[in-house]
Amino acid sequence: MRAIVTVIGRDKVGIIAAVSAVLAACNANILDISQTVLQEYFAMVMLCDLSKISVPFTELKRKLREKGEEIGLEIRIQREDIFNAMHRV
Amino acid sequence: MLSQSEILQTIKMIEEQNLDIRTVTMGISLYDCARGDMKEACTLIRSKIERMAKNLVRTAKDIEEEYGIPIIHTRVAVTPIAQVAAATGARSYVPFALALQEAADSTGISLIGGFSALVHKGSSESDKVLVDSIPEALSRTGKVCASVNVATTRAGINMDAVKTLGHTIRKAAELSADTSGSACARLVVFANAVEDNPFMAGAFHGAGEPECCVNVGISGPGVVREALKKVRGMKFDDVAEIIKKTAFKITRMGQLVAQEASKRLGVPFGIVDLSLAPTPARGDSIAQIIKEMGLEMCGAHGSTAAIALLNDAVKKGGIMASSHVGGLSGAFLPVSEDSEMAKCAASGELTLAKLEAMSCVCSVGLDMIAIPGDTPAATISAIIADEAAIGVMNNKTTAVRIIPVPGKKAGDWVCFGGLMGEGPVMAVSGLDCSAFIERGGRIPAPLQSQKN
Repeated sequence: MRAIVTVIGRDKVGIIAAVSAVLAACNANILDISQTVLQEYFAMVMLCDLSKISVPFTELKRKLREKGEEIGLEIRIQREDIFNAMHRV
Repeated sequence: MLSQSEILQTIKMIEEQNLDIRTVTMGISLYDCARGDMKEACTLIRSKIERMAKNLVRTAKDIEEEYGIPIIHTRVAVTPIAQVAAATGARSYVPFALALQEAADSTGISLIGGFSALVHKGSSESDKVLVDSIPEALSRTGKVCASVNVATTRAGINMDAVKTLGHTIRKAAELSADTSGSACARLVVFANAVEDNPFMAGAFHGAGEPECCVNVGISGPGVVREALKKVRGMKFDDVAEIIKKTAFKITRMGQLVAQEASKRLGVPFGIVDLSLAPTPARGDSIAQIIKEMGLEMCGAHGSTAAIALLNDAVKKGGIMASSHVGGLSGAFLPVSEDSEMAKCAASGELTLAKLEAMSCVCSVGLDMIAIPGDTPAATISAIIADEAAIGVMNNKTTAVRIIPVPGKKAGDWVCFGGLMGEGPVMAVSGLDCSAFIERGGRIPAPLQSQKN
Protein backbone atom coordinates (compact mmCIF):
# COMPACT_ATOMS: atom_id res chain seq x y z
CA MET A 1 0.00 0.00 0.00
CA ARG A 2 1.26 3.47 -0.82
CA ALA A 3 0.34 6.52 1.19
CA ILE A 4 0.73 10.26 1.07
CA VAL A 5 2.09 12.07 4.10
CA THR A 6 1.39 15.79 4.23
CA VAL A 7 2.97 18.21 6.63
CA ILE A 8 1.56 21.71 6.89
CA GLY A 9 2.41 24.59 9.19
CA ARG A 10 5.04 27.19 10.02
CA ASP A 11 8.52 26.51 8.73
CA LYS A 12 11.22 25.57 11.23
CA VAL A 13 14.46 23.62 11.44
CA GLY A 14 14.29 19.80 11.43
CA ILE A 15 10.82 19.09 10.03
CA ILE A 16 11.93 16.54 7.43
CA ALA A 17 14.24 14.87 9.95
CA ALA A 18 11.46 14.56 12.52
CA VAL A 19 8.92 13.13 10.07
CA SER A 20 11.32 10.74 8.38
CA ALA A 21 12.50 9.46 11.76
CA VAL A 22 8.95 8.36 12.59
CA LEU A 23 8.55 6.76 9.17
CA ALA A 24 11.90 4.99 9.40
CA ALA A 25 11.14 3.67 12.88
CA CYS A 26 8.03 2.04 11.44
CA ASN A 27 9.87 0.77 8.36
CA ALA A 28 7.95 2.96 5.92
CA ASN A 29 9.97 3.69 2.79
CA ILE A 30 9.92 7.25 1.43
CA LEU A 31 9.64 7.17 -2.38
CA ASP A 32 9.37 10.86 -3.17
CA ILE A 33 9.36 14.21 -1.40
CA SER A 34 8.30 17.65 -2.52
CA GLN A 35 8.05 20.76 -0.44
CA THR A 36 7.32 24.44 -0.77
CA VAL A 37 7.85 27.30 1.59
CA LEU A 38 5.73 30.37 0.98
CA GLN A 39 6.84 33.10 3.35
CA GLU A 40 6.63 31.27 6.68
CA TYR A 41 4.08 28.71 5.46
CA PHE A 42 5.53 25.26 4.97
CA ALA A 43 3.92 22.44 3.00
CA MET A 44 5.56 19.10 2.39
CA VAL A 45 4.21 16.07 0.56
CA MET A 46 5.81 12.63 0.84
CA LEU A 47 4.93 9.51 -1.10
CA CYS A 48 5.63 6.41 0.99
CA ASP A 49 5.56 2.68 0.46
CA LEU A 50 3.92 1.03 3.45
CA SER A 51 4.05 -2.56 2.21
CA LYS A 52 6.65 -3.53 4.84
CA ILE A 53 5.59 -1.38 7.78
CA SER A 54 6.24 -2.87 11.20
CA VAL A 55 3.14 -1.44 12.89
CA PRO A 56 -0.54 -1.26 11.88
CA PHE A 57 -1.52 1.72 9.71
CA THR A 58 -3.53 3.33 12.52
CA GLU A 59 -0.53 3.13 14.83
CA LEU A 60 1.69 4.89 12.27
CA LYS A 61 -1.00 7.51 11.80
CA ARG A 62 -1.16 8.12 15.55
CA LYS A 63 2.63 8.39 15.86
CA LEU A 64 2.75 10.95 13.04
CA ARG A 65 -0.08 12.96 14.58
CA GLU A 66 1.68 12.97 17.94
CA LYS A 67 4.94 14.05 16.35
CA GLY A 68 3.01 16.85 14.65
CA GLU A 69 1.59 18.02 17.95
CA GLU A 70 5.06 17.91 19.47
CA ILE A 71 6.65 20.12 16.80
CA GLY A 72 3.59 22.29 16.17
CA LEU A 73 2.67 21.12 12.65
CA GLU A 74 -0.24 19.24 11.14
CA ILE A 75 0.87 15.84 9.88
CA ARG A 76 -1.55 13.60 7.99
CA ILE A 77 -1.22 10.25 6.30
CA GLN A 78 -3.76 9.00 3.78
CA ARG A 79 -3.81 6.17 1.29
CA GLU A 80 -2.65 7.35 -2.12
CA ASP A 81 -5.74 5.96 -3.88
CA ILE A 82 -7.98 8.79 -2.73
CA PHE A 83 -5.84 11.40 -4.50
CA ASN A 84 -5.53 9.27 -7.63
CA ALA A 85 -9.30 8.75 -7.70
CA MET A 86 -9.89 12.47 -7.51
CA HIS A 87 -7.23 13.79 -9.83
CA ARG A 88 -6.50 11.04 -12.36
CA VAL A 89 -9.00 9.64 -14.84
CA MET B 1 3.53 11.46 -8.88
CA LEU B 2 0.56 13.59 -8.05
CA SER B 3 1.34 17.25 -7.88
CA GLN B 4 1.55 18.96 -4.54
CA SER B 5 -1.26 21.32 -5.45
CA GLU B 6 -3.59 18.41 -6.26
CA ILE B 7 -2.86 16.77 -2.92
CA LEU B 8 -3.34 20.01 -1.01
CA GLN B 9 -6.57 20.70 -2.90
CA THR B 10 -8.04 17.41 -1.69
CA ILE B 11 -6.96 18.11 1.88
CA LYS B 12 -8.45 21.60 1.72
CA MET B 13 -11.75 20.18 0.46
CA ILE B 14 -11.91 17.82 3.44
CA GLU B 15 -10.56 20.13 6.14
CA GLU B 16 -12.02 23.49 5.19
CA GLN B 17 -14.93 22.82 2.88
CA ASN B 18 -16.64 20.00 4.79
CA LEU B 19 -16.20 17.39 2.06
CA ASP B 20 -17.33 14.06 3.38
CA ILE B 21 -19.04 10.82 2.59
CA ARG B 22 -22.46 11.50 4.02
CA THR B 23 -23.52 7.92 4.39
CA VAL B 24 -22.56 4.33 3.79
CA THR B 25 -25.89 2.54 3.77
CA MET B 26 -26.22 -1.23 3.73
CA GLY B 27 -29.39 -2.53 2.10
CA ILE B 28 -30.63 -5.80 3.57
CA SER B 29 -33.46 -7.96 2.27
CA LEU B 30 -35.80 -9.20 4.99
CA TYR B 31 -38.09 -11.33 2.82
CA ASP B 32 -36.73 -14.52 4.38
CA CYS B 33 -37.75 -13.23 7.83
CA ALA B 34 -41.49 -13.21 7.09
CA ARG B 35 -43.31 -15.47 9.56
CA GLY B 36 -46.87 -15.85 10.78
CA ASP B 37 -45.69 -15.48 14.34
CA MET B 38 -44.76 -11.87 15.08
CA LYS B 39 -42.31 -12.64 17.85
CA GLU B 40 -40.45 -15.11 15.65
CA ALA B 41 -40.41 -12.65 12.72
CA CYS B 42 -39.02 -9.86 14.94
CA THR B 43 -36.30 -12.13 16.32
CA LEU B 44 -35.30 -13.22 12.82
CA ILE B 45 -35.21 -9.61 11.59
CA ARG B 46 -33.07 -8.52 14.49
CA SER B 47 -30.60 -11.34 14.16
CA LYS B 48 -30.34 -10.99 10.39
CA ILE B 49 -29.55 -7.27 10.57
CA GLU B 50 -27.08 -7.88 13.37
CA ARG B 51 -25.39 -10.60 11.34
CA MET B 52 -25.19 -8.69 8.05
CA ALA B 53 -24.28 -5.28 9.50
CA LYS B 54 -22.02 -6.39 12.32
CA ASN B 55 -18.87 -5.01 10.64
CA LEU B 56 -20.47 -2.00 8.98
CA VAL B 57 -19.56 0.65 11.54
CA ARG B 58 -16.04 -0.66 12.07
CA THR B 59 -15.38 -0.95 8.33
CA ALA B 60 -16.51 2.62 7.74
CA LYS B 61 -14.26 3.77 10.59
CA ASP B 62 -11.29 1.90 9.10
CA ILE B 63 -11.85 3.45 5.68
CA GLU B 64 -12.19 6.88 7.26
CA GLU B 65 -8.88 6.39 9.09
CA GLU B 66 -6.94 5.10 6.11
CA TYR B 67 -8.21 7.50 3.47
CA GLY B 68 -8.61 10.50 5.72
CA ILE B 69 -12.11 11.17 4.43
CA PRO B 70 -14.84 11.55 7.07
CA ILE B 71 -17.76 9.12 6.82
CA ILE B 72 -20.56 10.79 8.73
CA HIS B 73 -23.19 8.07 8.91
CA THR B 74 -23.46 4.34 8.68
CA ARG B 75 -27.00 3.18 8.12
CA VAL B 76 -29.12 0.23 7.19
CA ALA B 77 -32.10 0.13 4.86
CA VAL B 78 -34.40 -2.90 4.92
CA THR B 79 -37.25 -4.35 2.86
CA PRO B 80 -40.46 -2.35 3.43
CA ILE B 81 -41.80 -3.72 6.70
CA ALA B 82 -45.38 -3.74 5.39
CA GLN B 83 -44.32 -6.54 3.03
CA VAL B 84 -42.35 -8.54 5.59
CA ALA B 85 -44.94 -8.21 8.36
CA ALA B 86 -48.06 -9.00 6.32
CA ALA B 87 -48.09 -12.71 7.22
CA THR B 88 -48.49 -11.93 10.94
CA GLY B 89 -51.95 -10.46 10.44
CA ALA B 90 -51.16 -8.22 13.44
CA ARG B 91 -53.10 -5.00 14.10
CA SER B 92 -49.98 -3.04 15.03
CA TYR B 93 -46.44 -3.22 13.67
CA VAL B 94 -44.86 -1.26 16.50
CA PRO B 95 -43.00 -4.42 17.69
CA PHE B 96 -41.25 -4.50 14.29
CA ALA B 97 -40.08 -0.91 14.80
CA LEU B 98 -38.76 -1.83 18.23
CA ALA B 99 -36.88 -4.80 16.72
CA LEU B 100 -35.33 -2.49 14.12
CA GLN B 101 -34.33 -0.06 16.86
CA GLU B 102 -32.69 -2.85 18.87
CA ALA B 103 -30.76 -4.01 15.80
CA ALA B 104 -29.65 -0.43 15.13
CA ASP B 105 -28.47 -0.03 18.72
CA SER B 106 -26.52 -3.26 18.83
CA THR B 107 -24.78 -2.65 15.47
CA GLY B 108 -24.01 0.98 16.34
CA ILE B 109 -25.52 2.43 13.14
CA SER B 110 -27.05 5.90 13.30
CA LEU B 111 -30.38 5.29 11.54
CA ILE B 112 -32.37 2.40 10.09
CA GLY B 113 -34.87 2.91 7.27
CA GLY B 114 -37.59 0.70 5.91
CA PHE B 115 -40.55 1.05 8.23
CA SER B 116 -42.23 1.62 4.92
CA ALA B 117 -45.18 0.89 2.69
CA LEU B 118 -45.62 1.29 -1.06
CA VAL B 119 -49.23 2.29 -1.60
CA HIS B 120 -49.11 4.31 -4.84
CA LYS B 121 -51.95 2.37 -6.42
CA GLY B 122 -53.72 1.18 -3.31
CA SER B 123 -53.14 -0.05 0.21
CA SER B 124 -53.12 -3.70 1.24
CA GLU B 125 -54.37 -4.54 4.74
CA SER B 126 -50.75 -4.76 5.82
CA ASP B 127 -49.96 -1.32 4.35
CA LYS B 128 -52.85 0.16 6.34
CA VAL B 129 -51.58 -1.41 9.58
CA LEU B 130 -48.11 -0.06 8.90
CA VAL B 131 -49.29 3.49 8.23
CA ASP B 132 -51.46 3.38 11.36
CA SER B 133 -48.45 2.21 13.36
CA ILE B 134 -46.13 5.00 12.17
CA PRO B 135 -46.86 7.64 14.86
CA GLU B 136 -46.31 5.27 17.77
CA ALA B 137 -43.41 3.46 16.05
CA LEU B 138 -41.54 6.72 15.49
CA SER B 139 -42.27 8.27 18.86
CA ARG B 140 -41.14 5.12 20.71
CA THR B 141 -37.86 4.82 18.78
CA GLY B 142 -35.04 7.20 17.94
CA LYS B 143 -33.34 5.61 14.95
CA VAL B 144 -36.19 4.08 12.97
CA CYS B 145 -37.19 5.89 9.77
CA ALA B 146 -40.51 5.51 8.01
CA SER B 147 -41.55 6.25 4.46
CA VAL B 148 -44.69 5.83 2.40
CA ASN B 149 -44.80 5.99 -1.38
CA VAL B 150 -48.18 7.46 -2.31
CA ALA B 151 -47.74 8.08 -6.03
CA THR B 152 -45.90 7.05 -9.16
CA THR B 153 -45.95 8.32 -12.71
CA ARG B 154 -47.24 4.89 -13.74
CA ALA B 155 -50.02 4.60 -11.17
CA GLY B 156 -51.08 8.16 -10.41
CA ILE B 157 -51.68 9.47 -6.89
CA ASN B 158 -53.39 7.43 -4.18
CA MET B 159 -55.45 10.22 -2.65
CA ASP B 160 -56.88 7.94 0.06
CA ALA B 161 -53.37 7.42 1.36
CA VAL B 162 -52.60 11.12 0.97
CA LYS B 163 -55.64 11.89 3.10
CA THR B 164 -54.62 9.40 5.81
CA LEU B 165 -51.06 10.67 5.92
CA GLY B 166 -52.17 14.18 6.83
CA HIS B 167 -53.52 12.68 10.06
CA THR B 168 -50.50 10.39 10.47
CA ILE B 169 -48.10 13.32 10.36
CA ARG B 170 -50.17 15.32 12.85
CA LYS B 171 -50.36 12.38 15.23
CA ALA B 172 -46.62 11.66 14.98
CA ALA B 173 -45.99 15.32 15.86
CA GLU B 174 -48.35 15.21 18.83
CA LEU B 175 -46.79 12.02 20.20
CA SER B 176 -43.34 13.65 20.04
CA ALA B 177 -44.46 17.10 21.23
CA ASP B 178 -41.71 17.11 23.89
CA THR B 179 -39.09 17.18 21.11
CA SER B 180 -40.93 19.71 18.90
CA GLY B 181 -42.60 16.98 16.87
CA SER B 182 -39.25 15.58 15.77
CA ALA B 183 -40.71 12.12 15.02
CA CYS B 184 -41.94 13.71 11.77
CA ALA B 185 -38.30 14.28 10.77
CA ARG B 186 -38.09 10.50 10.37
CA LEU B 187 -41.14 10.22 8.12
CA VAL B 188 -41.03 10.84 4.38
CA VAL B 189 -44.00 10.77 2.03
CA PHE B 190 -42.81 10.01 -1.50
CA ALA B 191 -43.89 10.11 -5.08
CA ASN B 192 -41.79 7.88 -7.36
CA ALA B 193 -39.71 6.58 -4.44
CA VAL B 194 -36.46 4.88 -5.45
CA GLU B 195 -35.43 1.45 -4.23
CA ASP B 196 -31.75 2.16 -3.62
CA ASN B 197 -31.69 5.54 -1.87
CA PRO B 198 -28.98 5.60 0.81
CA PHE B 199 -30.20 8.86 2.40
CA MET B 200 -32.52 8.98 5.39
CA ALA B 201 -35.24 9.25 6.33
CA GLY B 202 -36.46 7.85 3.03
CA ALA B 203 -34.20 4.81 2.55
CA PHE B 204 -35.64 1.34 2.11
CA HIS B 205 -34.35 -1.78 0.36
CA GLY B 206 -36.63 -2.25 -2.63
CA ALA B 207 -38.14 -5.41 -4.04
CA GLY B 208 -35.75 -5.47 -7.01
CA GLU B 209 -32.65 -5.18 -4.87
CA PRO B 210 -30.22 -8.03 -4.12
CA GLU B 211 -29.97 -9.88 -0.81
CA CYS B 212 -27.54 -7.30 0.50
CA CYS B 213 -25.63 -4.38 -1.01
CA VAL B 214 -23.79 -1.20 -0.12
CA ASN B 215 -24.94 2.20 -1.35
CA VAL B 216 -23.00 5.38 -0.75
CA GLY B 217 -24.28 8.95 -0.50
CA ILE B 218 -21.76 11.69 -1.13
CA SER B 219 -21.94 15.32 -0.17
CA GLY B 220 -20.02 18.52 -0.66
CA PRO B 221 -22.01 21.76 -1.01
CA GLY B 222 -19.06 23.59 0.58
CA VAL B 223 -16.69 22.35 -2.12
CA VAL B 224 -19.01 23.47 -4.92
CA ARG B 225 -19.43 26.89 -3.35
CA GLU B 226 -15.68 27.31 -2.97
CA ALA B 227 -15.14 26.32 -6.60
CA LEU B 228 -17.75 28.85 -7.73
CA LYS B 229 -15.72 31.67 -6.17
CA LYS B 230 -13.26 31.16 -9.04
CA VAL B 231 -15.86 32.06 -11.68
CA ARG B 232 -17.38 35.17 -10.11
CA GLY B 233 -18.85 37.44 -12.77
CA MET B 234 -18.31 34.87 -15.52
CA LYS B 235 -20.96 33.35 -17.79
CA PHE B 236 -23.25 30.47 -16.78
CA ASP B 237 -21.37 28.24 -19.21
CA ASP B 238 -18.35 28.61 -16.94
CA VAL B 239 -20.47 28.08 -13.83
CA ALA B 240 -21.84 24.79 -15.19
CA GLU B 241 -18.38 23.69 -16.25
CA ILE B 242 -16.76 24.23 -12.85
CA ILE B 243 -19.64 22.51 -11.02
CA LYS B 244 -19.27 19.52 -13.33
CA LYS B 245 -15.55 19.25 -12.68
CA THR B 246 -16.05 19.53 -8.94
CA ALA B 247 -18.87 16.97 -8.92
CA PHE B 248 -16.65 14.60 -10.87
CA LYS B 249 -13.92 14.77 -8.25
CA ILE B 250 -16.31 14.36 -5.33
CA THR B 251 -18.02 11.41 -6.97
CA ARG B 252 -14.77 9.64 -7.79
CA MET B 253 -14.03 9.73 -4.10
CA GLY B 254 -17.50 8.35 -3.35
CA GLN B 255 -17.00 5.57 -5.88
CA LEU B 256 -13.67 4.65 -4.32
CA VAL B 257 -15.17 4.48 -0.83
CA ALA B 258 -18.16 2.49 -2.10
CA GLN B 259 -15.93 -0.07 -3.82
CA GLU B 260 -13.66 -0.36 -0.82
CA ALA B 261 -16.60 -0.78 1.57
CA SER B 262 -18.14 -3.38 -0.74
CA LYS B 263 -14.87 -5.33 -0.90
CA ARG B 264 -14.24 -5.27 2.83
CA LEU B 265 -17.81 -6.13 3.78
CA GLY B 266 -18.04 -8.84 1.15
CA VAL B 267 -21.32 -7.54 -0.28
CA PRO B 268 -22.01 -6.13 -3.76
CA PHE B 269 -21.65 -2.42 -4.47
CA GLY B 270 -25.06 -0.96 -5.32
CA ILE B 271 -24.93 2.69 -6.30
CA VAL B 272 -23.39 6.07 -5.56
CA ASP B 273 -25.99 8.74 -4.85
CA LEU B 274 -24.81 12.04 -6.30
CA SER B 275 -26.64 14.29 -3.91
CA LEU B 276 -25.47 17.59 -2.51
CA ALA B 277 -26.67 17.28 1.07
CA PRO B 278 -26.22 20.32 3.28
CA THR B 279 -25.66 20.24 7.04
CA PRO B 280 -26.02 22.92 9.69
CA ALA B 281 -22.21 23.33 9.63
CA ARG B 282 -21.05 26.75 8.47
CA GLY B 283 -20.50 26.85 4.71
CA ASP B 284 -22.08 23.43 4.07
CA SER B 285 -25.08 25.05 2.43
CA ILE B 286 -27.04 24.92 -0.81
CA ALA B 287 -28.46 28.38 -0.10
CA GLN B 288 -24.92 29.76 -0.13
CA ILE B 289 -24.26 28.20 -3.53
CA ILE B 290 -27.31 30.02 -4.87
CA LYS B 291 -26.06 33.24 -3.31
CA GLU B 292 -22.62 32.68 -4.81
CA MET B 293 -24.26 32.48 -8.23
CA GLY B 294 -25.29 36.10 -7.81
CA LEU B 295 -28.64 36.22 -6.04
CA GLU B 296 -29.11 38.30 -2.90
CA MET B 297 -30.40 35.21 -1.11
CA CYS B 298 -32.02 31.87 -1.79
CA GLY B 299 -35.68 32.58 -2.47
CA ALA B 300 -35.06 35.52 -4.80
CA HIS B 301 -36.44 35.33 -8.33
CA GLY B 302 -33.86 33.30 -10.22
CA SER B 303 -33.43 30.73 -7.45
CA THR B 304 -35.26 28.05 -9.44
CA ALA B 305 -33.01 28.59 -12.45
CA ALA B 306 -29.94 28.56 -10.21
CA ILE B 307 -30.88 25.28 -8.55
CA ALA B 308 -31.80 23.74 -11.92
CA LEU B 309 -28.34 24.51 -13.27
CA LEU B 310 -26.69 23.21 -10.10
CA ASN B 311 -28.68 19.99 -10.06
CA ASP B 312 -28.06 19.25 -13.71
CA ALA B 313 -24.35 20.06 -13.64
CA VAL B 314 -23.79 17.88 -10.54
CA LYS B 315 -25.35 14.94 -12.37
CA LYS B 316 -23.43 15.52 -15.58
CA GLY B 317 -20.14 15.75 -13.70
CA GLY B 318 -20.82 12.86 -11.40
CA ILE B 319 -22.23 10.34 -13.78
CA MET B 320 -18.96 9.53 -15.51
CA ALA B 321 -17.18 9.21 -12.18
CA SER B 322 -19.25 6.29 -10.96
CA SER B 323 -20.03 2.94 -12.50
CA HIS B 324 -23.56 2.98 -11.06
CA VAL B 325 -25.38 6.16 -10.15
CA GLY B 326 -28.70 5.85 -8.38
CA GLY B 327 -30.66 6.86 -5.34
CA LEU B 328 -32.04 10.37 -5.29
CA SER B 329 -29.07 12.08 -6.94
CA GLY B 330 -29.86 15.77 -6.76
CA ALA B 331 -29.35 18.83 -4.60
CA PHE B 332 -31.34 18.64 -1.37
CA LEU B 333 -33.18 21.58 0.15
CA PRO B 334 -33.77 20.58 3.78
CA VAL B 335 -34.59 23.93 5.35
CA SER B 336 -33.71 23.29 9.00
CA GLU B 337 -30.59 21.28 8.08
CA ASP B 338 -29.12 24.10 5.98
CA SER B 339 -28.40 26.99 8.34
CA GLU B 340 -28.29 29.56 5.54
CA MET B 341 -31.54 28.26 4.04
CA ALA B 342 -33.17 28.52 7.48
CA LYS B 343 -32.08 32.16 7.67
CA CYS B 344 -33.57 32.89 4.23
CA ALA B 345 -36.84 31.29 5.36
CA ALA B 346 -36.82 33.27 8.60
CA SER B 347 -36.43 36.52 6.66
CA GLY B 348 -39.67 35.71 4.83
CA GLU B 349 -38.00 35.89 1.41
CA LEU B 350 -37.89 32.11 1.00
CA THR B 351 -41.45 30.84 1.10
CA LEU B 352 -43.09 27.45 0.90
CA ALA B 353 -44.29 28.35 -2.60
CA LYS B 354 -40.73 29.04 -3.77
CA LEU B 355 -39.46 25.82 -2.21
CA GLU B 356 -42.20 23.94 -4.02
CA ALA B 357 -41.18 25.57 -7.29
CA MET B 358 -37.53 24.68 -6.73
CA SER B 359 -38.48 21.06 -6.03
CA CYS B 360 -39.68 20.83 -9.64
CA VAL B 361 -36.07 20.95 -10.80
CA CYS B 362 -34.09 19.39 -7.99
CA SER B 363 -34.14 16.74 -5.33
CA VAL B 364 -36.26 16.00 -3.39
CA GLY B 365 -39.20 18.11 -2.26
CA LEU B 366 -40.43 19.98 0.77
CA ASP B 367 -37.85 18.77 3.21
CA MET B 368 -37.38 19.42 6.93
CA ILE B 369 -39.85 22.25 7.04
CA ALA B 370 -41.48 23.25 10.31
CA ILE B 371 -45.07 24.41 9.93
CA PRO B 372 -47.57 25.66 12.54
CA GLY B 373 -48.74 22.98 14.97
CA ASP B 374 -52.38 23.77 14.31
CA THR B 375 -52.13 23.18 10.54
CA PRO B 376 -55.18 21.03 9.67
CA ALA B 377 -54.56 17.46 8.49
CA ALA B 378 -56.32 18.29 5.20
CA THR B 379 -53.84 21.11 4.54
CA ILE B 380 -50.91 18.77 5.16
CA SER B 381 -52.52 16.27 2.76
CA ALA B 382 -52.95 18.99 0.16
CA ILE B 383 -49.28 19.94 0.48
CA ILE B 384 -48.41 16.26 -0.11
CA ALA B 385 -50.77 16.12 -3.11
CA ASP B 386 -49.07 19.14 -4.70
CA GLU B 387 -45.60 17.66 -4.32
CA ALA B 388 -46.78 14.25 -5.54
CA ALA B 389 -48.30 15.91 -8.61
CA ILE B 390 -44.96 17.55 -9.39
CA GLY B 391 -43.22 14.19 -9.13
CA VAL B 392 -45.79 12.27 -11.14
CA MET B 393 -46.00 14.78 -13.97
CA ASN B 394 -42.24 15.31 -14.23
CA ASN B 395 -41.17 11.65 -13.92
CA LYS B 396 -39.10 12.45 -10.85
CA THR B 397 -38.94 11.63 -7.18
CA THR B 398 -40.54 14.16 -4.89
CA ALA B 399 -41.12 13.98 -1.17
CA VAL B 400 -42.62 15.76 1.78
CA ARG B 401 -41.01 15.77 5.19
CA ILE B 402 -42.75 18.42 7.22
CA ILE B 403 -43.11 18.90 10.93
CA PRO B 404 -46.26 20.53 12.33
CA VAL B 405 -44.59 21.70 15.56
CA PRO B 406 -47.02 21.39 18.46
CA GLY B 407 -47.75 24.72 20.12
CA LYS B 408 -45.75 26.77 17.60
CA LYS B 409 -47.02 29.34 15.14
CA ALA B 410 -45.60 30.85 11.96
CA GLY B 411 -42.50 32.92 12.67
CA ASP B 412 -41.50 31.03 15.83
CA TRP B 413 -38.07 29.41 15.89
CA VAL B 414 -37.65 25.70 16.48
CA CYS B 415 -34.57 23.62 17.23
CA PHE B 416 -34.51 19.91 16.40
CA GLY B 417 -30.89 19.43 17.41
CA GLY B 418 -27.87 17.82 15.78
CA LEU B 419 -27.90 17.33 12.02
CA MET B 420 -31.66 18.01 11.92
CA GLY B 421 -30.72 21.59 12.70
CA GLU B 422 -33.04 24.46 13.46
CA GLY B 423 -35.23 26.88 11.58
CA PRO B 424 -38.31 29.03 11.51
CA VAL B 425 -41.86 27.76 11.55
CA MET B 426 -42.98 28.61 8.01
CA ALA B 427 -46.39 29.97 7.19
CA VAL B 428 -48.85 27.81 5.25
CA SER B 429 -51.93 29.05 3.47
CA GLY B 430 -54.96 29.22 5.75
CA LEU B 431 -57.34 28.47 2.89
CA ASP B 432 -59.54 25.42 3.35
CA CYS B 433 -58.57 22.23 1.45
CA SER B 434 -60.82 19.79 3.29
CA ALA B 435 -63.49 19.22 0.62
CA PHE B 436 -60.76 18.54 -1.94
CA ILE B 437 -58.98 16.03 0.29
CA GLU B 438 -62.26 14.41 1.45
CA ARG B 439 -62.89 13.16 -2.10
CA GLY B 440 -60.32 10.40 -1.79
CA GLY B 441 -59.85 7.91 -4.65
CA ARG B 442 -56.98 8.06 -7.09
CA ILE B 443 -55.73 10.80 -9.38
CA PRO B 444 -55.19 8.92 -12.66
CA ALA B 445 -51.75 8.35 -14.08
CA PRO B 446 -50.82 11.07 -16.58
CA LEU B 447 -50.37 10.64 -20.30
CA GLN B 448 -46.60 10.43 -19.89
CA SER B 449 -47.06 7.08 -18.09
CA GLN B 450 -48.13 5.54 -21.42
CA LYS B 451 -44.76 4.74 -22.90
CA ASN B 452 -45.15 1.25 -24.31
